[in-house]
Amino acid sequence: MKKIILTFILLFVGFGACAEWAVNLQQPITEVGESIYNLHLVITFICVIIFIGVFGFMFYSIYYHRKSRGHKASQFHENTTVEVIWTIIPFVILIAMAWPATKTLLIMRDTSAPDMTIKATGYQWKWGYEYLDHDVQFYSTLTTPENQITNVEEKNTNYLLEVDNHVVVPVGKKVRVLTTANDVLHAWYVPALAVKQDAIPGFIRDTWFKAEKTGIYRGQCAELCGKQHAYMPIVVEVVTEDQFNQWVLDNQTTKTTKLNINE
Amino acid sequence: MEATHDHGHHESGSGFMKYVTTTNHKDIGSMYLWFSFVMFLTGGVMALTIRAELFQPGLQLVNPEFFNQMTTLHGLIMVFGAIMPAFVGFANWQIPMMIGAPDMAFPRMNNWSFWLLPPAAILLVLSLLVPGGSAGAGWTLYPPLTIQQGMGMDLVIFAIHILGMSSIMGSINIVTTILNMRAPGMTLMKMPLFVWTWLITAYLLIAVMPVLAGAVTMTLTDRHFDTHFFNPAGGGDPVLFQHIFWFFGHPEVYIIIIPAFGVISQVIPAFSRKPLFGYASMVYATASIAILSFLVWAHHMYTVGMPVEAQLYYMFATMLIAVPTGVKVFNWVATMWKGSLTFETPMLFALGFLFLFTLGGFTGLVLSLTPVDVQLHDTYYVVAHFHYVMVAGALYAAFAGVYFWLPKWIGKMYDEKLGKIHFWISIIFFNIAFFPQHFLGLAGMPRRIPDYSVQFADFNLVSSIGAFGFGLSQLLFLYILLKAIRSGEKAEDKQWEGADSLEWTHLPSPAPYHSFEEPPQVK
Repeated sequence: MKKIILTFILLFVGFGACAEWAVNLQQPITEVGESIYNLHLVITFICVIIFIGVFGFMFYSIYYHRKSRGHKASQFHENTTVEVIWTIIPFVILIAMAWPATKTLLIMRDTSAPDMTIKATGYQWKWGYEYLDHDVQFYSTLTTPENQITNVEEKNTNYLLEVDNHVVVPVGKKVRVLTTANDVLHAWYVPALAVKQDAIPGFIRDTWFKAEKTGIYRGQCAELCGKQHAYMPIVVEVVTEDQFNQWVLDNQTTKTTKLNINE
Repeated sequence: MEATHDHGHHESGSGFMKYVTTTNHKDIGSMYLWFSFVMFLTGGVMALTIRAELFQPGLQLVNPEFFNQMTTLHGLIMVFGAIMPAFVGFANWQIPMMIGAPDMAFPRMNNWSFWLLPPAAILLVLSLLVPGGSAGAGWTLYPPLTIQQGMGMDLVIFAIHILGMSSIMGSINIVTTILNMRAPGMTLMKMPLFVWTWLITAYLLIAVMPVLAGAVTMTLTDRHFDTHFFNPAGGGDPVLFQHIFWFFGHPEVYIIIIPAFGVISQVIPAFSRKPLFGYASMVYATASIAILSFLVWAHHMYTVGMPVEAQLYYMFATMLIAVPTGVKVFNWVATMWKGSLTFETPMLFALGFLFLFTLGGFTGLVLSLTPVDVQLHDTYYVVAHFHYVMVAGALYAAFAGVYFWLPKWIGKMYDEKLGKIHFWISIIFFNIAFFPQHFLGLAGMPRRIPDYSVQFADFNLVSSIGAFGFGLSQLLFLYILLKAIRSGEKAEDKQWEGADSLEWTHLPSPAPYHSFEEPPQVK
């Protein structure tokens, strides 16, 4: 039985690796993302078991208790004992689910002692980034050509998920992300980092991530913000610490190149 | 049997004016049901526009602004124009008959409650034609985006006000009727469960529709009268709207599903030839769900940045709702257990409900866990979840109710073979349309986008095919209705062997225009 369950889980996980028919969350590259991935898998699995149990009874009944098979109806219509049992057992299962969820949530909301902080501002329709510990700031705008959107040219692999300026961060460092907005609600969402935070004009919210692997990770705005809501993606590039430091030096705002994001 | 007297009052005129002035709960129930069906098809066309655009990545058919208007109106029309009026139609037809009353407590207000709906619907649809088009902010209408919108937004706000007035008046009628007009011997704990579910739902409506009215009125004044409820530059907060909206919005989804629970609780015992299991538990579970529904609204807002203690509270409270809901599911299965089952169309839809609503409930449980919701909020996983509970849940229950009670209403039977075909095509294509959307959400596809990255293409293609199949099969339902009305076989007074409520045991089919002018004695 354990082998069957393990096979089922592996299939589910394996399927997830195949991008086109992905059936699971994206492979996480943070510890928090890992916890969420496992929590989701376990919860779904428990739900499937309960589902099979309950509907096993229903389908049994559909077959064996049908009038056409000659089954005569019993007339029982209450049983306090069984009602108590099927109130208490689900309650206990819920507590078992809430326990790991609570632990993970407490970690997710602890943005203290970050290694660096980036402020992400949502605009209609692009993102602006300010590295608060480094003198770097820039806008990040979709670079997918119009021709691909209007079906004149073939779409490239990163269609709608590519921008001019990536959010570059060092691997293995706790990055705190402040979110706000310039106009309407937006949301900063990168699935592989397991991060989603609403960007609210006039307010500052925060979240954090610690990327364990280098690479490029893509996300999108996740709060309807008007007609180009689909067209303001996020690209996070996780690099080594040395590469990051070099990138900062190369991109520091100077008197002549300052974008002055607040203008 | 009831006697017919001439009470000295005259019936309404003939033709169209008859329906404009009628105060008869049966006429009004029919009008609600036809109205809801027209709205269902209208909202359905909007859904198909959405799915046609999403068939492939890239923009093929509509521009993003119009797409946003389609998603907004699809939601508003389905929720306020289709599913809610459908169940009010059931309430009107069934409550008086099931409690042995001659009509609703306030027949003229009943007429008003219905006739407010067509103007509201016209406003909603007309909003597409004004400069700038309709509101394009999603049915949830979050500011500050709604403050930016054009004139169409104001028409939507007025429509919502009118719809709310209709619901509130209807609910007052329902509560008064149920509490005051039950036949002698029918204590509250002897009422059919469908009546209980409407009693509870009516209280929910009275409590929360004014809150929605408040939220959209504050939006209106922020737009035009220089208030700053939701504008930070003036000292306001966009998140305030979300709290007010979802304080309405969460009970709203229970307003949608609780009458559906009531229909299922009538249909399953009838086709199991066995009483509903655990009647008292079912009443308490429904009441618990209704009360809890007021205490969980911010699970729609886990990512706004509320303190972690608040997230934890809402997570625990939301998970708790699974307990009474589970009790109801178990009780329905226990009702079937060791019954004598047959599977006519109403029962097929009821079983489809049981299976798929529960599946939707499980994805709701997944979403209630805040860490998981951070990944899934505002993605297609949520879209999948609510379509499972609202379509495979509420809509299937409505279909079950129509097939179940149509013989009583019109005295003719629908074509059983076609009914079964409608069921099977609906359930197969529904799942093709919506099951893949779970995967899209898990993979990271956001909601409310007309265009998406190529990794989402395959499941979107499948989903769109399913949507078209599901949508087209509803035309079969229309055909079944018309065929029954025109040339259906004569129905029995007690069409269903296992049905035992008053309309089946005491009234002929079709039920007389005025029924129970003398109350029956209930043991």
